[in-house]
Order: sequence, then structure tokens, then C-alpha cells
Amino acid sequence: MGIELYLDLLSSPCRSVYIFAKKNNIPFTFKQMEVLKDLVKGHSDGFGKVNILRKVPALKDGGFTLAESPAILTYLSQTYKTPDHWYPLDMKKRARVDEYLSWHHSTIRSSVFKIFWLKVRDLNIQSWTSYEALEDLTIPLKQLEEKFLQDKPFLVGNMISLADLVAVTELMQVRLIAIGYNILEDMPKLVEWRNRVEKAVGKELFQEAHKVILNFQDLNSMLTEPQLKEQMKPRLLKMVA
Amino acid sequence: MVVELFLDLRSQPCRALFIFAKKNNIPFEFKDVELLKGHHLSEEFGKVNVLKKVPALKDGAFTLAESIAILLYLSRKFNTPDHWYPSDLQKRARVDEYLSWHQPGRGGQPFSPEKLEEAVEELNSALKQFEEKFLQDKPFIVGNEISLADLVAIVELMQPVGCGCDIFENRPKLVEWRSRVEEAVGKELFQQAHEIILNVKNMSTTQLPPELREHVKQFLKP
Repeated sequence: MGIELYLDLLSSPCRSVYIFAKKNNIPFTFKQMEVLKDLVKGHSDGFGKVNILRKVPALKDGGFTLAESPAILTYLSQTYKTPDHWYPLDMKKRARVDEYLSWHHSTIRSSVFKIFWLKVRDLNIQSWTSYEALEDLTIPLKQLEEKFLQDKPFLVGNMISLADLVAVTELMQVRLIAIGYNILEDMPKLVEWRNRVEKAVGKELFQEAHKVILNFQDLNSMLTEPQLKEQMKPRLLKMVA
Repeated sequence: MVVELFLDLRSQPCRALFIFAKKNNIPFEFKDVELLKGHHLSEEFGKVNVLKKVPALKDGAFTLAESIAILLYLSRKFNTPDHWYPSDLQKRARVDEYLSWHQPGRGGQPFSPEKLEEAVEELNSALKQFEEKFLQDKPFIVGNEISLADLVAIVELMQPVGCGCDIFENRPKLVEWRSRVEEAVGKELFQQAHEIILNVKNMSTTQLPPELREHVKQFLKP
């Protein structure tokens, strides 16, 4: 029995796990989760047994269950002995990946998470510039470029690593705000880096993982279901507070 | 050339690093960075950590930010005992899982009366999750021995204590776990690391005013 990955590709950490597993030909069963509906539905689907925190992504490997994408990514990389560049054995290079993953969580992830839920709450807002949360990204993006990327092709050196994967899948989430909105517009260095990451992953796999995000029309109709929105309201308010 | 650790022991991640390095006899130079005095904003410190945060590490020309990254780097470089960050991949994943979950979205803020109820509710919820998902009935978070997960958790839970808010009260399971962690670390080292936040004078800016303390106490009951 192979591993099971509980994923909803609407969520950026799920996409990084999905891309990583696929790219490295790690055999897994895709267990479709629905983050938005799950907020509303009762907990009768057995998922609670897999992950008491009810979070995605989650991994099940026989009797072993695991949550938190950084933990899942490093577990997979070590268990399946993926190519070194993803999570290098070299102490200093590995430290750089750890450093990025840790920093990412409290900065970029934190803001993007908020932006996503703001969008869900205010689907009809025309002007995305009214989102303060977007401004919150200005400094982290600058730090991403100046502290982490600098003049290297990838965040931790010459090849793609877990750090790049996590960063790019997160930044793609901002596409939800408006069709064609490119948060990296004024930052050509980051745009080039983003393209390199997509190429290293493989365009086809990258597009496949981001289908849900890029398919804006479908997302719109999913989010405007009135009952869904009403039921989500109290939790939404908490998330974007 | 000795590793330099840039720390302010008022900060939770700095304490975790301090305890870890001391407990494992890792030779290091303690570089005091007083956040309240704005040391972290100096140009000199900016050369060590351009993110201007503590903790930070300097190992020759190599500089590193983010406490988790530093803890892991030290554990590898100094080959610390296995239980801190097990080589067994599933046990290791448990530590990683805890370290990731534990991370706050934003830095610790002092309680402000308006956000008090919300903050306490969040704290209660976090404590509940901690006990039910991570600790459960085990002596430590990842089994029978102390790991980085326990270390990172305990310094975090001590922070409200330093602000006049004893979250251990009425939570016997946590109290027992705390004793075990203190014993595993060594009582003296534990006290030394927490001296600064347990000294009320040092924490005057983050002390909860007495009238709010009772209020919080009520809310904090599990």
C-alpha cells in the first residue's frame, strides 16, 4: 500500500507537495479534499482520523500520518531519496533551505493566506488595490529578492530546491485576485526566477498543478454559491481579522 | 573560530537556542542584542542578519537567520545526541511537524485590552491542540525523550508566565510535562535561560496590568 496525499490544489502548500511528488515520480494516491466546502460540512468524512488538525496537505503512510507541508516535503525527500538539490546534504546549503522555509511561513505565506480569504469574502470587489494585505507583501518580496535570491539563479544556489517550490506556488495564489494580475510585475529579477522555477519543474506539471487557480471562472462560481458564503461568514471574519 | 549567537533572552526562540547550545556544550560566543534598546536595528547587526531579527548565527563567513534553521544547523554541525532531532525519519517528521505548526504568523505582541479576549481564546485553543494532538499521553512530544519540539514549545509557554499570566495553572498534564522538560534540560540551565523574563522589572513593558490578570485567569481555565 503506497502513500496517500490529502490535497486540495486550491491551497498553495498542497500544490508544492503535489508538484514535488509528481516531479520525483513518488507513487501516491491523490485524496481530493475541498478546503472551502470542508469549512462548512460536518466532520463525517473520516479525515479527522488522518489529521486531527483538519489541515491540508496531509500524508498517510500506512499507520503514520503527517501534517504541515515543510514536514511532508522533507519527509518525502529523505524517504524517497530524491536528487540532492531539493534538500541538499551539505549542512550550509540545507540550512539555507530551512531558513527560507521558516521565514516564508511567517511572512509571504501569512499575507497570501489572508489575501485568499479576503477574496473569498469580498468576491465582488473590483479594486484589488484596496487590499492592505497586498501592501504587506511589498517588504517580504523585496527581502525575497535581496536577501534570498540575490544574484543566484535559484534561492539556494544553482539548482531548484524545496525553497523555490514553496515560494513560487505561494506567489501563484495571488493570481486569484484578478485575472492577469501579476504581483511580480515591477520586479524583473523575480519574474526571471519564477520562469526558471517553472521550467525546472516542467511547464506541463506546473500548469496542471495550478489549473484550479488559473481557472478563474470556475473559482468564481464555486465561491459565489450563496449558502456556502453565508455559512462561512463567521469563520471568514475570524481569518481575516 | 567560535560560533557567534546573537540573542536576546527576552525572546522565546533565543532561549531555545541558548538552552540547546549550553546543554550540548556547544562552544559559542554570546552576543547580546537588546531588542528594547534597538540593537537589532544597527548597521553592524544588519551585516549579520539583514532581516534585523534575533536570533542569528555567525559561523566564520556563514551567517544564518531563523531559529529553526539555526537549531538544525547546530545539531548537525555538533553531532548532538539523536533524541534532539532523530535520524529515524518518522520521528524526525514529527519534530518537523511540531516546529512548523508552532510557528506564529506574527511576532509575539504584548496583550492589549481590546484584543485580550481574542488573544486568550487563541491561546486556549493552541494549548488544547498542543495537549490533544502533540503531547497526548506521551512523556514528551515525540516519544520518550526530549527533542527540539519540546524545547521550542516550553520557551513559548513560559513567555506568558513572564508577563504575569500562568498558563500552567489548572493544566496538570502540562505541569507534569514541564517538569520533565526542566529535568531533562537541567533545572539550573532552565532557570538561567528564564531569569530575565521571570524578573518582573525586566518585563515591565509587557506586564499584564493587575486588574486584567484576574480577568485573563478566568478565561484561561481549560
